[in-house]
Amino acid sequence: MTPLLEIGKLSISFPGLEAVRGFDLSIHAGETLALVGESGCGKSVTALSLMRLLPPPARVDGSILFEGRDLLALSLAEVRDLRGRAISMIFQEPMTSLNPVLSIGHQLEEVLRRHEKLSARAARTRAVELLDLVRIPEPARRIDDFAHNLSGGQRQRVMIAMAVACRPRLLIADEPTTALDVTIQAQILELLDRLRREFSMSLLLITHDLGLVGQWADRVAVMYAGRKVEEAATQRLFEHPAHPYSRGLLATSLHLEQELHYRSMRLPEIRHEAGDAGESTFRLIEASPQRIPLPPPADTPILSLREVRACYRTPRGDFAAVDGVSLDILRGQTIGLVGESGCGKTTLSKTILRLLEPAGGTILLDGQDITHLAENRLRPLRSKVQMIFQDPFASLNPRHSIETILDSVLSVHGLRDRAGRRARILETLDHVGLPRQSLLRYPHEFSGGQRQRIGIARALILKPSLVICDEPVSALDVSIQAQILNLLVELKRDFGLSYLFISHDLSVVRYIADEVFVMLGGRFVEHGDHRRIWDAPRHDYTRTLIEAAPARKAGAPASRLELAAA
Amino acid sequence: MASSTVFLSERSGPWSPRFGQFTPQIRAFLRNPAGVAGLSLLLLMLLTALIAPLLYPGDPLDMVARPLLRPGQDLRFPLGTDSLGRDVVAGLAHGARISLLIGFSAVSISLLIGTLIGTVAGYFGGWLDDLLVHLTELFQTLPTFLFVIVLVTIGKPSVMLITLSIGVASWPTIARLARAEFRSLRESDFVMAARSLGYSNSRIIFREILPNALPPIIVTTSVMVATAILNESALSFLGLGDPNVVSWGSMIGAGREMLRTAWYLTAFPGAMIVLAVLSLNLLGDALNDALNPRLRELS
Repeated sequence: MTPLLEIGKLSISFPGLEAVRGFDLSIHAGETLALVGESGCGKSVTALSLMRLLPPPARVDGSILFEGRDLLALSLAEVRDLRGRAISMIFQEPMTSLNPVLSIGHQLEEVLRRHEKLSARAARTRAVELLDLVRIPEPARRIDDFAHNLSGGQRQRVMIAMAVACRPRLLIADEPTTALDVTIQAQILELLDRLRREFSMSLLLITHDLGLVGQWADRVAVMYAGRKVEEAATQRLFEHPAHPYSRGLLATSLHLEQELHYRSMRLPEIRHEAGDAGESTFRLIEASPQRIPLPPPADTPILSLREVRACYRTPRGDFAAVDGVSLDILRGQTIGLVGESGCGKTTLSKTILRLLEPAGGTILLDGQDITHLAENRLRPLRSKVQMIFQDPFASLNPRHSIETILDSVLSVHGLRDRAGRRARILETLDHVGLPRQSLLRYPHEFSGGQRQRIGIARALILKPSLVICDEPVSALDVSIQAQILNLLVELKRDFGLSYLFISHDLSVVRYIADEVFVMLGGRFVEHGDHRRIWDAPRHDYTRTLIEAAPARKAGAPASRLELAAA
Repeated sequence: MASSTVFLSERSGPWSPRFGQFTPQIRAFLRNPAGVAGLSLLLLMLLTALIAPLLYPGDPLDMVARPLLRPGQDLRFPLGTDSLGRDVVAGLAHGARISLLIGFSAVSISLLIGTLIGTVAGYFGGWLDDLLVHLTELFQTLPTFLFVIVLVTIGKPSVMLITLSIGVASWPTIARLARAEFRSLRESDFVMAARSLGYSNSRIIFREILPNALPPIIVTTSVMVATAILNESALSFLGLGDPNVVSWGSMIGAGREMLRTAWYLTAFPGAMIVLAVLSLNLLGDALNDALNPRLRELS
């Protein structure tokens, strides 16, 4: 049987950059193929080249045979005819993929009328059917809604409806769930899988998340630096990954069934070394027991929240984003805070830092009431609580060198002595594992993981007692995640830090937290010891979260055994 | 570690910020040919303006020769004379003084007012923002040039009054721009980080946000200097300029009636305005690139 899509010796280059090199791949009718790789490995560029959507400076060589026709040889008019009808694509960001000034019905009907020459009325009927198909409630009423009336998950459903409107043979999904909440993620993937079976489409699922792959893909292709390093049936890849990079990816990606905890074990890390001839070698550092034990939490709390409330002013009155939460963080303890977007977890962290004025309750920092403390009296206390931000690109001022960023923190906090500041900066750089010559460089010259280290250095340079980590690894690649988490654990041990660790990723929280709080609608619905909460969740919402977390099919026990044996 | 020794030596000088900080910017600027061309042209004009009284002593408004000498006809007056026998070259040199003075001073005034109001409104928000936005809108609904005319006709036309009027009439553009930049940057993570580190408001405004808000302001400023020069020209053209001094605008105004017979009377001062505007635009673009660490590398 000839495959539906056959990519042969595909090379894509931009001026000064070879994005994809000698890439082969074939997709058969009706199967789900996952293309896995880290940011910048060329997976999205490959997907765009299938739709001939790459910008002009890109040079594409090789062949892309779709049903026997070479897509690269077709005229643009012929390609346009295929787009949406035979091959369609959904993108990562549902917030910007829909046109905000046209109703969703209008956008759906446009696709239908372009390709199927339907009458206005027939197109509208089909549009309602499609919305129903992707499980938008009350489709006949919602069809005239605009993008801003819909939630992120609903927007992604509408995008999917548009993509499958003309029953394409191939659907390309580029990170379709990355921007969505865990519970929504599972639903969207289930929907894609159901549509694939109903329409007998092929699905090319592009993702950085190996967890997703196990559950939904028939075959997996792993990409690194523009090359395919391995391709295998999903189960085979999970059980016997052949390439060291795939082995590393599997070992470093956390999943919820794993019983790793920071107090006993270090996470496995994957190190990449470039050889002389541009050859990549990978070294997997296995999970290992913590050599120096971490001290248990003290009895005294560093931070206590009592019935804290925080409000946002909206046109329809005040909206309580944090609605009466109480919490104690003991010295040396790590509290995990999980919840989906909009649950109030970031608002809570801003309130603790007094970046937002609390609307009620009390905040005790190290026994001192800081709830309504004036900024000038708060300033000396600020060094005790610091924050690490999610986005390592946005949290550093692009106009300042690393030296300026770190130096101004110290001078604001009254360190007049230059030599003292310099010594402290160098010491902090050593602690977070950055080379000393980084000081004169600017944020854009660093990779995502290195930038996050700079953010950590900025938080630590004042020697805080409590660090609020707001999704510190969510924007990072899987292999970098493990390095940053290990670093956070080392720093905790070396400086006796307490962490408030906020994340939507349960598997990360499971590893890093002593106690876990689950947040929903501005309140804590459940909290408990890190073992108890995963093994015996009490609240329905906690159970939903745990069930929605991507499970690792078949491969999980085997790879764990492998690790233990190695 | 060899690299750290390099770093630790005094030569690298990261702790002599004033000097060290600006060198990469200047170096990047000097690598940009368009910027250097713009700067040289502007410096040349400023130099001409400065030494005009030495080059062409005496009042440029004095009659010195036969009227309407064509360019090249009499080599003592290379660009000819106007209908009243005034030397065109002397007029251009002296006119540069007034045109550039008004252009730069007026824009400094609007930059000062606009940035101040935009920054305060955008950074602090709340009722202060509402108030300042309404104030800005009030000024913006007045047609700029009409407003300048009204201000100038209230008093006696003088360079000072013209400068002030143009400055006061054109700040809303800067204010709106600065406010928009500050509003979006105020919410960015690195400003959150700065606030959580206890930075003072003035430090956040001047050190964290302003450098990031500058590019659009710089580009607009270079265009606004050009607009101010043109506004002054337009005033002179209407006969509302300072009658005691010569500017490029007043020369065009005086020459317009003979556009067909003596085209050079409008063309030369016009060309000077074009060159001034061009040099400012080149300079603005190059500054913008040089101040941005990311673009600095590419240039």
